[in-house]
Amino acid sequence: MPEVKKIATRDGYGEALVKLGAEHEDIVVLDADLAEATKTNLFKKAFPERHIDCGIAEANMIGIAAGLAATGKVPFASTFAMFAAGRAFEQIRNSVGYPCLNVKICASHGGISVGEDGATHQCNEDFALMRAIPGMVVLNPSDAVEAAAAVQAIYDYNGPVYMRLGRLAVPVINDRADYHFELGKGVILRDGRDLTIVATGLCVDPALKAADKLAADGIHARVINIHTIKPLDEDLIVAAAKETGRVFTVEEHSVIGGLGSAVCEALSEKAPAKVTRIGVKDVFGESGPAAQLLAKYGLDGDGVYRQIKENL
Amino acid sequence: MNTLELEKMANEIRKSILTEVHCAKCGHPGGSLSAADMITYLYFEELNVDPARPDMEDRDRFVLSKGHVAPAYYAALAHRGFFPVEDLKTLRKVGSYLQGHPDMKNTPGVDMSSGSLGQGVSAAVGMAVSARLSGKDYRVYTMLGDGEIQEGQVWEAAMFAGSRKLDNLTLIVDNNGLQIDGNIADICSPYPIDKKFEAFGFHVIQIDGHDFDQIKAAFDEAKATKGMPTAIIAKTVKGKGVSFMENEAGWHGKAPNDEQYEKAMEELEKAGEALCRK
Repeated sequence: MPEVKKIATRDGYGEALVKLGAEHEDIVVLDADLAEATKTNLFKKAFPERHIDCGIAEANMIGIAAGLAATGKVPFASTFAMFAAGRAFEQIRNSVGYPCLNVKICASHGGISVGEDGATHQCNEDFALMRAIPGMVVLNPSDAVEAAAAVQAIYDYNGPVYMRLGRLAVPVINDRADYHFELGKGVILRDGRDLTIVATGLCVDPALKAADKLAADGIHARVINIHTIKPLDEDLIVAAAKETGRVFTVEEHSVIGGLGSAVCEALSEKAPAKVTRIGVKDVFGESGPAAQLLAKYGLDGDGVYRQIKENL
Repeated sequence: MNTLELEKMANEIRKSILTEVHCAKCGHPGGSLSAADMITYLYFEELNVDPARPDMEDRDRFVLSKGHVAPAYYAALAHRGFFPVEDLKTLRKVGSYLQGHPDMKNTPGVDMSSGSLGQGVSAAVGMAVSARLSGKDYRVYTMLGDGEIQEGQVWEAAMFAGSRKLDNLTLIVDNNGLQIDGNIADICSPYPIDKKFEAFGFHVIQIDGHDFDQIKAAFDEAKATKGMPTAIIAKTVKGKGVSFMENEAGWHGKAPNDEQYEKAMEELEKAGEALCRK
């Protein structure tokens, strides 16, 4: 088997920003002392005058981004998901969301795959927090190709956006000639009529692996990649529920408030189906190598396969 | 406007504040009245703004970080011609564009939504950075309450502004000495306010926030100050201009009843007549 190329979504983000920055003078990138980790350091190297390191002060960074957007700039503000969606929640709600300012919050190190830093730095609640803000677009790209495409798409979109990025290098699954990114549209990566797996971010690859294993058992799963958690592609999910019956959601996020909840909200109103939410159960994470943590929390290919079989 | 004209306008704005809050049956008269003179000066003398073109690209920006004194802000905007004075009576009513706290999406002349304390100042800092990045010479002004500066975010913003030497930023602290629960010095003292801003890299000017000559001198000095942002610490009286509201924390967020409104308006009418005799 050929070796799978692995790149973190934060890398796709950092490189795309540089490309976009060369084309658009109005892009300003902000960071909070994590430029190397969030990969905004690439932009900093290319356009030092348009990279603003705010220091370890995330609340102020979000406010500065709001002021920049209110005066015509397109700010991309980056820090870890914990300190953007978590620490600066109210700044995002009141200074960005309420005035509907054109701020792009691109938060890296989402989920338990942060790894060794442990629970304090593993944000499993960002989708829930950001999804609840009126008008906020919430993204979670599945690989570096998708992250790069999303950077262009959110620049083209006028309004507040939260995009989660990951620390861990993950398999590139979208590197194909006909790849096309459309904000708010889910992507069927594999068709099947027995059940549907709706996955997001780095869980899309394990969802595909689980589908392979299910196929060996004679169960044909449809796999949908949801890169835009809000607005959710309800049509695609409703159609899948109607056609396949059982639905499983897979995310590196608490099972409370994230993709699983969004899918349940849509289906309970439009096409009731049994949904099993695979994700981080109502617990905090812990320290350890990312791959081992994903396995422990049931978010690798084997874990997703096992949980689907147990709940069929 | 000369000093007397500014005083007369400030008196009109005080009357409007009382009318707004009385019509709404709620709101924040105390801090609105302490800030009224400085907001009057900003909108009738200092800011380069045009009511006919509220979105003028290179206008000066003002962010009312202490957003609860929206009645003073709206009164100044209305009297300056951004929207009809009559509309002030819709403050806080369902469907009104005059929200309890400033809403930039719907109110002509409002440059930033604000009201959650400590946040406006960061947005103002962002605007100052933006002007510098674009090579524009517009200036940015922001007003904070002295209670508001208990918020940690204010000092994140101040540290950044000082460190980046944002000399196109003027920050005003409305130092009326009172917050909802009482005297700021008793609750969680921000004093010495001047020394704190100095330590954060600001040029600090201390004035009487009700004296237009001192207000003018301070804003002129702020504009002339290069290489650092300016903080104007304005000593003011909460409830200024209405005898029974002055220095009473209880009038922070309470509307006058009909009788109190009548008495307050009578006092302000008399003050206006006295100014006319000057």
